[in-house]
Amino acid sequence: MGTSLAGAAGARVMRRIIYAHPSLFLVIVLLVLWQAVFWLVGRDALLPPLETILYLARLLQTARFWGHIAETGTAFVIALVISVVAGLAIGLALGVNRMAAEVFEPFLLAGNSVPKIALYPIVLLIFGIGMPAKIAFGAIHGVVPVAIFTVTACSNVPPILFRAAAAMRLTRWDMIRSVLLPAALPDIFSGIRIGFSLTLIGTILGEMFGSQRGLGYLLMTAIGLQNIQVIMSVTLLLVLVAATVNTVLLEQDRRLRKPGG
Amino acid sequence: MRVVFYRLLAVFLPLALLEILCRDHVITPLTLPAPSRILLGLWGVMENGAFNAAILKTLTNVGLALVLSVAVGIVAGAAIHRARLLRALLEPLFSTYYAIPIYAFYPLFIVVFGLGDAPQVLIGFMLAVVSMIVSTLAGLDSVPAVLGKTARVLQLGPVETMRSVTLPYAAPYLFTGVKLAVAYAFIGVIGAEFIMSGTGLGYEIRFAYDNLDNNVMYPLILLILLIAIAVNMSLDRWERRLRARRGRG
Amino acid sequence: MDTQPPIHVSLRDVTKVYVSGLGRTHAMGPIDIDLRRGEFFAVVGPSGCGKSTLLDVIAALAPPSQGVVTFEGRPIGDAVPEGVGVVFQENASFPWLNVADNITFGLRRLPVDGAEIERRLQYALQLMGLQDFARAFPSQLSGGMRQRVCIARTLVMQPRLILLDEPFGALDQQTRLLMGDELLRIWRATGATVLLITHALDEAAMLADRVAVMSARPGRILEVIETGWPRERDSQIVSVPEFGTITARLWTLLRAQSMQALRPEAV
Repeated sequence: MGTSLAGAAGARVMRRIIYAHPSLFLVIVLLVLWQAVFWLVGRDALLPPLETILYLARLLQTARFWGHIAETGTAFVIALVISVVAGLAIGLALGVNRMAAEVFEPFLLAGNSVPKIALYPIVLLIFGIGMPAKIAFGAIHGVVPVAIFTVTACSNVPPILFRAAAAMRLTRWDMIRSVLLPAALPDIFSGIRIGFSLTLIGTILGEMFGSQRGLGYLLMTAIGLQNIQVIMSVTLLLVLVAATVNTVLLEQDRRLRKPGG
Repeated sequence: MRVVFYRLLAVFLPLALLEILCRDHVITPLTLPAPSRILLGLWGVMENGAFNAAILKTLTNVGLALVLSVAVGIVAGAAIHRARLLRALLEPLFSTYYAIPIYAFYPLFIVVFGLGDAPQVLIGFMLAVVSMIVSTLAGLDSVPAVLGKTARVLQLGPVETMRSVTLPYAAPYLFTGVKLAVAYAFIGVIGAEFIMSGTGLGYEIRFAYDNLDNNVMYPLILLILLIAIAVNMSLDRWERRLRARRGRG
Repeated sequence: MDTQPPIHVSLRDVTKVYVSGLGRTHAMGPIDIDLRRGEFFAVVGPSGCGKSTLLDVIAALAPPSQGVVTFEGRPIGDAVPEGVGVVFQENASFPWLNVADNITFGLRRLPVDGAEIERRLQYALQLMGLQDFARAFPSQLSGGMRQRVCIARTLVMQPRLILLDEPFGALDQQTRLLMGDELLRIWRATGATVLLITHALDEAAMLADRVAVMSARPGRILEVIETGWPRERDSQIVSVPEFGTITARLWTLLRAQSMQALRPEAV
């Protein structure tokens, strides 16, 4: 009787801790699962978490690895800038012009559902092997969600806000600048957040074939040589970077939607 | 129907421009053959059926990945919706899931499952299932409490409630999930085929690229694009009909 | 001799017809009315009769298909005239700005210096009871408070004509009555001409100097009733016998129109 009460209280405390720090618990659960799968599957396919982390730490101490990171990082940043600028431009152009939005909407949606890897050979043929191809491929992945979210953001602004602005005699430019953009910002930011992740994936994919340097190249070579250590450490690095940045962006996203709260 | 006119214009003008540039060899055939040749090539491919096996393989794998992800997604979504602790735990995973390069797990799958179709289907499944779960959760969230109360007053059991009240109400969200799952299944399967596989359309495109065979590669790429667009458009049309009947949205 | 205040807004033969792919909809008119300076004028009518259209036309948010609207002696064009403020039924507060920034949004675009902006802001915050919420965001406020923010936003621009389109429509009855009192205080404090569109008969009867009853679509003015209330009035006027008489008269006129509006449209 006493032990079951203590058990119930303990469970309640556990629940509260988990609710307070869900991400932490998720990471713990995933690590446990990882270790379990390793025990099931063996060294041919996987490395256990601890060894992977150690191997990654060793890689991060070599200048060569950082060279690859720099290569991928440079391509990614440029691709991201292009994605955001182009995506915003397209999204806003369609956002303020309803006829254009209606005309081009299916093209945008098609861009989202088409497996862009099928376009990869075309990118390689146009840009040749190297940096430009990576950047282009990364940008193609990122532009689409930014544009789509921006268009949706503009059309989701409650029309009453525009009526109120008209009643206050705002000029068209003033209305775009001080009503449309701030009102659409939360959804636009979500688009940029998703565009960030997709651009990273696109850049890595772009490196897998048309390159002699970069994390994607490392990954691809390791797959060919069945070098489990490199595969796992690079994947871990990518997952860590992607998850961390995405979490930060998510927090900012939440703050944009609930200002002051 | 000015809109349709402008859309046709938006498609045909660039194509015409490309056609002219290709014929004048401003763009070399090594980079891009003329659109007319690509179209003829596609017709040829469909006619002689050399790639029918590959097409069938890809579509089968996509179909498998889709069915699996929708079924597992809806069931898992419903289960997670009731288990609030589990949901709190998984929520951060769902929000960052699509930031993770899933393709990196492909070699793992090959080692575990061998060189058959399983790795491709699994990648497609992994990409698609989360969007199905998230959409199911959003749909179940949207059901107003009053409907649950009505069901109880009508003496409906939990399974019957889910079947005849909750899921039908959440159907628009589920449909969105299915649309996303279709797109992701395509992306996952074809991407996996491209990277490291011996069969399927993705592989054939890679093979053609490695052999500089533009006359095969481009028509196949066009084929994939057309399939993806056609599937999406039919889903959209179906969704619109469903929505019109429900009178919402 | 005309001892009445001068005419502030006048509508002559104003009609609004909407043309769309589905044909022509005669929404409102012809309408002929005059609003006098500083009066509180209410308009009631069945749903769909064009009350909101009337407000849109006066505010130049929509052009009349026919007829002329004159504000302060000048005909209205396609731009919203200076000196007009509008409060809408839907919440029009900007969610990304806090209360203070919301209130000064329109004011900052007028040729008014910073000190004056601050002074008017403080006055409006006090008048609308929002002093403690200056830094709060609309998402943290109730519906009634958000409407107060929108009213304050209009007030600080010191409009000479205030148009309100069912401003309390989304609020509960008790809050409506209290907001009505606030509206009267604002009206007395600013001396502006107020045009209130409402579907609530008691609200119109209690607040206004004159109440116009609109017919079912296409909306025309059936009758204008003078309430004769003293300027210093508040919601307690409901206990005065004349209030019942006026409300009864409004309902008699409106009942027939509302039944007509509820009939399914003849195709």
